[in-house]
Amino acid sequence: MKQADFVSLIMPFKDKVFRLAKRLLVSREEAEDATQEILLKLWKNKEKIVEYKNVEAFSMTMTKNFCLDRLKSKQAQNLKIVHSNYTDNNSSLQKQLEARDSMGWVSKIMEDLPEQQKIIVQLRDIEQYDFSEIAKMLDMNETAIRVNLSRARKTIRQKLNNTHSYGVK
Amino acid sequence: MVLNNIEKLLEKYDNAETSLKEEAELRAYFESENVDAHLEHYRPMFQYFSQSQKEQYTKDVPLNTNKTRLYQWISVAAVAVLMVGFFIPNWGSEIKTLAEYTPEEQKMYLETKHALAMLSNTFNEGASSFGTLSLASENFNIGLEKASHITEFSEITNRLLKN
Repeated sequence: MKQADFVSLIMPFKDKVFRLAKRLLVSREEAEDATQEILLKLWKNKEKIVEYKNVEAFSMTMTKNFCLDRLKSKQAQNLKIVHSNYTDNNSSLQKQLEARDSMGWVSKIMEDLPEQQKIIVQLRDIEQYDFSEIAKMLDMNETAIRVNLSRARKTIRQKLNNTHSYGVK
Repeated sequence: MVLNNIEKLLEKYDNAETSLKEEAELRAYFESENVDAHLEHYRPMFQYFSQSQKEQYTKDVPLNTNKTRLYQWISVAAVAVLMVGFFIPNWGSEIKTLAEYTPEEQKMYLETKHALAMLSNTFNEGASSFGTLSLASENFNIGLEKASHITEFSEITNRLLKN
């Protein structure tokens, strides 16, 4: 497989890999590193991936596993670089700006979801994959995915509703 | 009517029972301007979803081809071939004595030897005639020495004449 073939193979889903990585790792730099790592892994195994039926699903599974490993190792080292553990309640300028922006709320709410639900919302609501595809990627059955997705959507709606009606988080 | 439909869809959506097409419908509705007030709080969610869809990965990935590896090994192979050439110069040929060759080969060998001996003889003759030449050159040298005596003599006479 030539470089050009490989690039055209990964082109349709490299952004999806990046967005999933960013959803899980939060920081943009971390997500970029993870994406690069995954694309290089694919490149190294380029002879083998031709045999896979669905390279995209395979790559998404790889991304999910890679990012979860990354998070686990970071927690083990007690070194969380992501800014979600930033507990300064004296609203900083950054936070004020984000609070004004209602889309910032959604991103905040999604950060608080459990990892499994984050992945499912990302794959379904943002990347718009079929349930069968998601089931393959995550190695789960469709019912479990629906349950998780429903929970996630309800949580997001609830929190959004609260913010919307009271203006508090 | 539309509102009623959307509300139904939203309920299905919350239970994760909507199809991709229905979700696209919802997204389209919340992206439009006329969202009903009591559904307003859904808006940022769908907007966020469609906006995060646009985020792109812009970094370049260095894809190294490993073509160069083959060329690296060519030099190693060349050295190996050379080494084999040095250490095993006559592969598979043992040293034989004269008696082991066929009579024809023996005859040929002797003839060649003879011819070479004759050649060397004539060379020797040539060398001896060089010997006479060297004798002649010795005589020349003696003559030169005598000539130098004469020049010395003439110098002395010149001095005497000056005085």
